[in-house]
Amino acid sequence: MSTAANDAPRSRGKAPAGERVADWADGRLGIYSLAKANMRKIFPDHWSFMLGEVCLYSFIIIILTGVYLTLFFHPSMNEVTYHGSYVPMQGQLMSEAYKSTLDISFDVRGGLLIRQIHHWAAIIFLAGMFVHMMRVFFTGAFRKPREINWLFGFLLFVLGMFTGFTGYSLPDDLLSGTGVRFTQGAILSVPIVGTYISMFLFGGEFPGTDFVARFYSIHILLLPGIMLGLVVGHLILVFYHKHTQFAGPGKTNKNVVGMPLLPVYMAKAGGFFFLVFGVIAAIAGIVSVNPIWAIGPYRPDQVSTGAQPDWYMGFAEGLVRAMPGWEINFWGHTLVLGVFVPLVIFGIFLAVIALYPFIESWVTGDKREHHILDRPRNAPTRTAFGVAWVTAYLIMLVGGGNDIVATHFHLSINAVTWFVRIGFFLGPVLAFIVTKRICLGLQRRDRDKVLHGRESGIIKRLPHGEFIEVHEPLSQDQLHTLTAHEQYQPAEIGPTVDENGVQRKVKGSEKLRAKLSEAYYGEDSQIPKPTVEEYKEITSGHGHH
Amino acid sequence: MSSQDIPEENLPAEQGGTHVPKPADDKNPFADPGLPPHEHRIQDIDERAAKRSERAVALLFTVSMLATLGFIASFVAIPHDKSIYVFPLGHINAMNFALGLTLGVALFTIGAGAVHWARTLMSDEEVADERHPIEADPETRAKVHADFKQGAKESVIGRRKLIRNTMLGALTLMPLSGVFLLRDLGPLPGTKLRHTLWSKGKLLVNMNTNEPMRPSDIGVGSLTFAKPEGLEEHDHDFQNEIAKAALMIIRLEPDSIKDKRELEWSHEGIVAYSKICTHVGCPISLYEQQTHHALCPCHQSTFDLADGARVIFGPAGHPLPQLRIGVNDEGYLEALSDFEEPVGPAFWERG
Ligand code: HEM
Ligand code: FES
Repeated sequence: MSTAANDAPRSRGKAPAGERVADWADGRLGIYSLAKANMRKIFPDHWSFMLGEVCLYSFIIIILTGVYLTLFFHPSMNEVTYHGSYVPMQGQLMSEAYKSTLDISFDVRGGLLIRQIHHWAAIIFLAGMFVHMMRVFFTGAFRKPREINWLFGFLLFVLGMFTGFTGYSLPDDLLSGTGVRFTQGAILSVPIVGTYISMFLFGGEFPGTDFVARFYSIHILLLPGIMLGLVVGHLILVFYHKHTQFAGPGKTNKNVVGMPLLPVYMAKAGGFFFLVFGVIAAIAGIVSVNPIWAIGPYRPDQVSTGAQPDWYMGFAEGLVRAMPGWEINFWGHTLVLGVFVPLVIFGIFLAVIALYPFIESWVTGDKREHHILDRPRNAPTRTAFGVAWVTAYLIMLVGGGNDIVATHFHLSINAVTWFVRIGFFLGPVLAFIVTKRICLGLQRRDRDKVLHGRESGIIKRLPHGEFIEVHEPLSQDQLHTLTAHEQYQPAEIGPTVDENGVQRKVKGSEKLRAKLSEAYYGEDSQIPKPTVEEYKEITSGHGHH
Repeated sequence: MSSQDIPEENLPAEQGGTHVPKPADDKNPFADPGLPPHEHRIQDIDERAAKRSERAVALLFTVSMLATLGFIASFVAIPHDKSIYVFPLGHINAMNFALGLTLGVALFTIGAGAVHWARTLMSDEEVADERHPIEADPETRAKVHADFKQGAKESVIGRRKLIRNTMLGALTLMPLSGVFLLRDLGPLPGTKLRHTLWSKGKLLVNMNTNEPMRPSDIGVGSLTFAKPEGLEEHDHDFQNEIAKAALMIIRLEPDSIKDKRELEWSHEGIVAYSKICTHVGCPISLYEQQTHHALCPCHQSTFDLADGARVIFGPAGHPLPQLRIGVNDEGYLEALSDFEEPVGPAFWERG
């Protein structure tokens, strides 16, 4: 009751209202200890750190517009006859879901805009997550202590794909219905349980009358709920770990250099939300996405040519298109490899990138925390692996549009498909080799720059007539930045003879690890960075620099 | 987390502070020289520049207000079915265009104002904050382990094995109820995927005209879609039935039919195939009469309709099922049975 006991008497009424409200809340929620730790928290700045913000903001936009859409959308597959204001469709038989989407587009003022913002934001959300994930990958930001946050992010990406898929299936139009049919066909290919899963998901045979309502609760409740939890967890961890930073003067593994949350970061990040929202709103006003009225309601016996899913499903589409149609029949059963194998590859392909941080930390055996980002060139094997992964992904994305590529570039569909089939295996290998070389080349260039200075573009003539280019020595800032990265030594298999001279059995995993470690950090995989001695020898030889 | 000890005053005079650049180290030329000195922006030195920035920010915020008014005006004034021609975009909905642009500008200028404000007028001095290891110090770690052991001991779970085992049993069994609750999501597959509406004597009805067909109605080279007699668009199970029964009819020269069974099941060169692709179930919609190839637009599986609908390209795994047809007493095309094999995508029980 009495605050007088532990407080110096305060002159009531003097403090500004905001402060009094904050004091009140602190007394109940203890917000001041939270604010003490976070209000002036430091955030480093780099353009690539904004990619995560793009994802966060488009997610918020999706939720806002999605809630609006639920006010008008009817998740029902009852067949109705259309009498709305879109003349070409009048008298057509369609599901209520399709009809209500037409109504949102033509009879609710601003409804079309919100639909288009929702859809564009979904496309940007997934593109943002993909690029953000690549940023984290190529800079090694996934290393200890951030592996769990990497998994959170990865889950968001996968769930985002499924949320997007269930979302664009809701209007029950011919295009998305074809995509749902595709999914059902893929489910049927699962050995043993495929037909059961299909019956349970669709409430009977395809298409049935249930899937829109079921996809609806998955789309607006189940998946976004999980994703919201993951997003919050993701952000809490970002705060808790504090952001990573690139090496540079004054930046160490033990500090974080940047601007405080209040005010600069808050203004920039808050402002950036409006920038993202503004751009998406303008795009939605200008570029039409998913004009379902031009496509027509779903009928399982009709199809439009050039059927394409949203971009983030293109990879799966490509796998399914490229796979030869193998089927194995035995004992009255069918193993539908032609569809099931792509399904499995899809899973494995994603799992590989999800588990990568654990694979790398096993190879390095490094248990330390890492807060300084790698420049991609300084981790050539990781970078090459990432580029190989992206290459395979992009090749399948092309494969997902093989008919479009073929008609666009006047190629035969056969040729495009074979290109994709071969490219899926060959492309990543080539990408790996080329990327690694480029990385090593860049490392070599950095090394030369450190030892011999930067090319100044000034040509000088020496007394005996030779022309040389003047090299300017680097500042200490630059020298430090270019030499701050650590270089691992390949791990070796420990002594094979124990202290009693008895031959020890070397485990297979140990050998594998040594092999991988050699591949990662052996002589062919990194250029030793200049040592102080080398630098001193060369610079003293050059006279004054 | 020691962010609280950042000086409140980030005024230019205070810069440098804790991070005085070290002189170049003679011993180690690569050593960390520390944070570079803060460089002033023009706004930090010149009050007139700062004023200009202030006006720019205020202008952006004002534009946002105007754009919101524009949004409201468009919402009220533009008829929602009005279409306008905008150069590269073609004919588009006027209201959507106006609402999108005004909303976009209203939002964008708020963002641009805030960012400009942050970049030109808020302190841009970089400060360093310490990091602390994420993992706990050894004492805490030891304390937590000890606390846990103490708690586990007090619960007697380690000693009273009976409790532990029955509890694990109960917790393992309990979710089974949840599994059972999912049972009525759908029926068991049974033989549903093996049957369609077709049966002996069902007439082939033209999808477009809704009339039964005579052989003379089917011209060489054309592709006709058909459904079983009695199935109407308004039927409540129309979608499910047409998803399996949809039929594709073409007429070939009888001697160009290479497959013996195909010839047997045809009538005067007229053959009927399932329209549902055996890959993942898209309806097939393209037919090329010279080659007798049918193409699925989804993933380009191509079937040779003159050779038992063999797959000649693409990811489909087996031929399209053929329907046996003939003519009835009145001369109309009719089915002589259901499909012999399941239509559509393959599945485990298909065999
Ligand atoms: C979290 C990520 C989400 C993604 C990626 C996403 C994506 C999509 C997409 C692509 C569509 C199709 C829109 C079209 O072109 O017609 C859609 C429809 C829809 N979404 Fe979402 N959505 C998300 C979350 C939500 C949430 C949280 C809600 C509501 C609380 C929601 C409500 C709806 C509704 C009602 C529709 C159908 C209306 C229509 O299609 O016009 N969505 N969603
Ligand atoms: S569904 Fe016909 S080729 Fe895939």
